Amino acid sequence: MKTNKLEEIKYFLKYYDGPDMNIMEVCGSHTRAIAENGIPGMLSERIHLLSGPGCPVCVAPSSYIDRLIELALEPKTVVAAFGDLIRVPGSERSLSEAKGEGAKVEMLYSPLDMLELATQNPDRLYVFAAVGFETTAPVFAELLHRAEEEGVENIRLLTAIKTMPPVIQYLMEADAPIDGFLAPGHVSVITGSDAFLPLAKRYDIPFVVSGFSGERLLLALYDLVSCRGRGVVRNDYPSVVSAEGNLAAKAEVNRYFETATAVWRGMGAIPNSGLILKEKYKKYDAGSETLTEDKRKNKACICHEILAGKKKPFECALFGKICTPLQPQGACMVSQEGSCFSYYSHQRER
Amino acid sequence: MSERISMIHGSGGAATAALIRDIFTKEYGGEALESAEDASVVIGAPRIAITTDSFVVSPLFYPGGDIGRLCVCGTVNDLLMRGAEPRYITAGFVIEEGAEIEALRQIAHSLAETAREAGVEVVCGDTKVVEGDEGVFINTTGVGFVSEEVDIAASGAKAGDCVLVSGTMGDHHAAILSRRLAVENSIESDNAPLVETATKLRSIRTHSMRDVTRGGLATVLKELAEASGKEFRIFEEKVPVSDAVRDFSGILGLNPLYMGNEGKMVAIVDPADAKHALEAMRGSRYGENAALIGEVREGEPGAVVAQTRVGGLRKLSVLQDEGLPRIC
Repeated sequence: MKTNKLEEIKYFLKYYDGPDMNIMEVCGSHTRAIAENGIPGMLSERIHLLSGPGCPVCVAPSSYIDRLIELALEPKTVVAAFGDLIRVPGSERSLSEAKGEGAKVEMLYSPLDMLELATQNPDRLYVFAAVGFETTAPVFAELLHRAEEEGVENIRLLTAIKTMPPVIQYLMEADAPIDGFLAPGHVSVITGSDAFLPLAKRYDIPFVVSGFSGERLLLALYDLVSCRGRGVVRNDYPSVVSAEGNLAAKAEVNRYFETATAVWRGMGAIPNSGLILKEKYKKYDAGSETLTEDKRKNKACICHEILAGKKKPFECALFGKICTPLQPQGACMVSQEGSCFSYYSHQRER
Repeated sequence: MSERISMIHGSGGAATAALIRDIFTKEYGGEALESAEDASVVIGAPRIAITTDSFVVSPLFYPGGDIGRLCVCGTVNDLLMRGAEPRYITAGFVIEEGAEIEALRQIAHSLAETAREAGVEVVCGDTKVVEGDEGVFINTTGVGFVSEEVDIAASGAKAGDCVLVSGTMGDHHAAILSRRLAVENSIESDNAPLVETATKLRSIRTHSMRDVTRGGLATVLKELAEASGKEFRIFEEKVPVSDAVRDFSGILGLNPLYMGNEGKMVAIVDPADAKHALEAMRGSRYGENAALIGEVREGEPGAVVAQTRVGGLRKLSVLQDEGLPRIC
């Protein structure tokens, strides 16, 4: 971006005095990038940023974590997971806490590493905690594809895969005060920016697909404010996001998964907002469908209201007092992409 | 001598004596160590600095260094940061059964070389063997002499002071992590004794020094800001980070401000001496990428505020998540 254009955008956002504009980001990497770039302080008091349900680890219900702990304590079963998930509290404790009691937990950077582990230890069953959005689903599909090809039998998935457009619809139907969405950069790589068009038209609000640098975020916010009240989708991340998305990845996901109702932490069951294994591939499932219960570890935790954009992290009575990254009471304080973690570690005040 | 360490090497008898003689005394024995007394008696000073540290790094050997070099650097740098002239170091080894004797020899050799470079004498040591899995752990204590007029402490920052760093951030952390993830890249640990830099800074108006280790630059700055009750303002784009570390940490979602080093330091210097300090750092071994990254203000006591590349402001906290275990 040319310096002049950037300065113009910065000036516009700082001195905007039109009607109030509530903008929600629904991508944990955006939440993090907004804080890391110091964006909140660069905006006029009329522009409000809300962190939505964009952190996959944060929206997994408590029974999902409880089931993982159960599995990890079974004699011949090992649970493999992305690092963030290990410290998320279930109804009583986290995988990390259960590890001290003998739960077998492996932290992996890529689910595909399961193949080697499972091949080397044929007498063990490896269950991957398949948490994620549209972005991660293709990796799980590839894992199954390769397991089939290589004849690896001792792997399973415990799925909590979510999709973004249905939860956005849920928020809008619940009258969330949102005037525009910063559409998720990574999810859009797979879904394509067109995935948000029906929502934009239905609710007359703009969606802008954004990248993650400070400049890109400022540009996207500028576009959102400029399009206030209009049902449009803008793609400000055209170098990696297309209108139709990654068709090959979508086909691979559709081969193994189908949409279903999914339970979001604190928000309940949302129709068509999840991906579960198709009947034909249920043999790879470690019991995902029964996991609908969602209990709060601490009754005062307001993660659900924060995820829905109704409250800010610092409005929670537990925030920074009982609930800190060292002693998280809710999932949003655990993940680096969680709203509470981000607000806490950057001491965000707006 | 057998190829690997077994419990007999920890017996305290003949095998222990042979191990000490053939490896440790051979590599770094001086008058004090060779006397083999229960305690070493050495020349002292009216004011001394003393520090202790334990090294549990995994792997033992990594690009750019090993646990032997690391244990000297970590200890010596802690002494230097208080304005001391490092003089003595001790080396207590806890060795797990099965450790390769050749590896131990390399570690002792590297420890000896680094001690010579840093100008410290290894004055006493200890050797224990425990059951385990080929690991080697080293505990060190360092002693340095501090002259009467030196007053360098974490609480020393004054409004108007300049904040300098001696080089690129995150190298050691990135090197260890690359090795553990079996990622091939050009990143090497920066483990180094900062004797030359710290000695030069001691002779000018330097108010605080800290080496940047676990927790990274952000954590160190936060500690200094809290200790002095001042606000630190830094400019993110001035913080030196190598391209290789920036790319590597970007892929993994890590922030170099929170990644550890083992041969870099922060100095808080009177503004009148800042130019001189920067030249001194850049002219010293391991300091060629030194930079002035910010300033100290009255502002909000204890706050560290970073101005981001796009001109936003954000507050930095100490490292909140687990970081990387067994980095040093």
